[in-house]
Amino acid sequence: MSEMILKVEDIHKNYRELEVLKGISFEVKRGETKVVIGPSGTGKSTLLRCINQLTPPDKGRVWLDGVKITDPKVDINKIRSSIGMVFQDFNLFAHLTALNNVRIGLMKVKEMEKREATDLAMEELRRVGLGDKTSSYPAELSGGQQQRVSIARALAMNPKLILFDEPTSALDPELIGEVLEVMINLAKEGMTMLVVSHEMGFARSVANEIIFMEHGVIIEEGAPQQLFTKPKHKRTGEFLHKITELYGESGK
Amino acid sequence: MNFFELAWSILPALLRGTVVTLEITGISISIGFILGILLALGRIYGNKSIYIVATTYVEVIRGTPLLTQLFLLYFGLPSIGIMLSPFLAAIIGMGLNSGAYQAEYFRGAIQAVKSGQMMAARSVGMNKFKAVRYIILPQMLRLVIPSWSNELIYLVKYSSLAYMIQAPELMAQGKVIAAKNFRTFEVFIVVAFIYLVIVLILSKILDILEKRIRIPGLQTQAV
Repeated sequence: MSEMILKVEDIHKNYRELEVLKGISFEVKRGETKVVIGPSGTGKSTLLRCINQLTPPDKGRVWLDGVKITDPKVDINKIRSSIGMVFQDFNLFAHLTALNNVRIGLMKVKEMEKREATDLAMEELRRVGLGDKTSSYPAELSGGQQQRVSIARALAMNPKLILFDEPTSALDPELIGEVLEVMINLAKEGMTMLVVSHEMGFARSVANEIIFMEHGVIIEEGAPQQLFTKPKHKRTGEFLHKITELYGESGK
Repeated sequence: MNFFELAWSILPALLRGTVVTLEITGISISIGFILGILLALGRIYGNKSIYIVATTYVEVIRGTPLLTQLFLLYFGLPSIGIMLSPFLAAIIGMGLNSGAYQAEYFRGAIQAVKSGQMMAARSVGMNKFKAVRYIILPQMLRLVIPSWSNELIYLVKYSSLAYMIQAPELMAQGKVIAAKNFRTFEVFIVVAFIYLVIVLILSKILDILEKRIRIPGLQTQAV
């Protein structure tokens, strides 16, 4: 198998008259962190959902680790279990403790024995620094803690790739750091990540490449250094300038 | 015979009726529970034809009187050769009826579960069935308890309609006794009292159940 984990080709998505994605293509290599940036309403979240087919694209193809997952014959549930997803508003299962949130996929999707699943779930919770919160319910956790549990939930499935949909946008500023720290560590450990985010500090210091999207198309794609210092498109420079001013560079 | 002596003397017969009332209520709420969940799931997750069937069922049942439905089952069906005992007609009629009402409570509670829950379940790799079974239903059942309690309490009292099709439940027993001793007022005071006690006990049990399975952050807003 090649080093290519994810290949996205010519993805189109319409919501009624509105064309949200107008032909998106890019690739993510194993161990790479790519950050997708762009104004809101540009289709970044839709793009992530088109990748794991939570929102099936109208047109286009997606390959995961060499398997064409837009093929109607593939078992999409099985594919999804190998793509982690972290949501803006966490979406932890509200009736389950932190431990059960992480464990349920292992037991009900991977059909792992309870003891084995528990050990693994505990390990992932410790990995995100929440070994002492295993019996807390989501409502008893801070936003930052909830998001770390949701990262642990994704990690437990041993994914080939994790999609992050604005993982820090719903957090109070003082809680952003703890989530970014977990993500930075994952990047260092070689997890393959596709991150939609406004955290320019994270993008700049962690991303191998940044994709700048606007109005449903990729305007520019390149190494952070290149995009920040000499963007090819005027629009990229404007956006980066504005967003850095707005959000600062937390998470460095 | 003063009131208390009378009450004491008719109590055994009334309690036999109470047992039937509880049986009718218990069986029909259970039939309605299963039917209600299937109808609610059909209306929310079903394809178009399932949706139409489930919706039509709910509308027809809720749009016609329970007594009419009971009469159709008990007095109407024999004309096409189906004879049901009063008890059977009562539990079928009330079960089918309660199913339509419970479906609406369940549907509301499923829709009160946050939409991100289904998405998160699917993103972990659960198919739709597993997502409903392990994520949506456990939350729905907790959210639905307050409104579902109402349905159970209504049903205890509506089960009295079964006396109209000769089921020997509490109300029917009262009627028989009153017809013999002509002390209608006292007899039905005792009957009413028994219904009240049943309802109070059930309310308390549901209250305890709701508290016991309560999960922080997962309850309907203040009653």
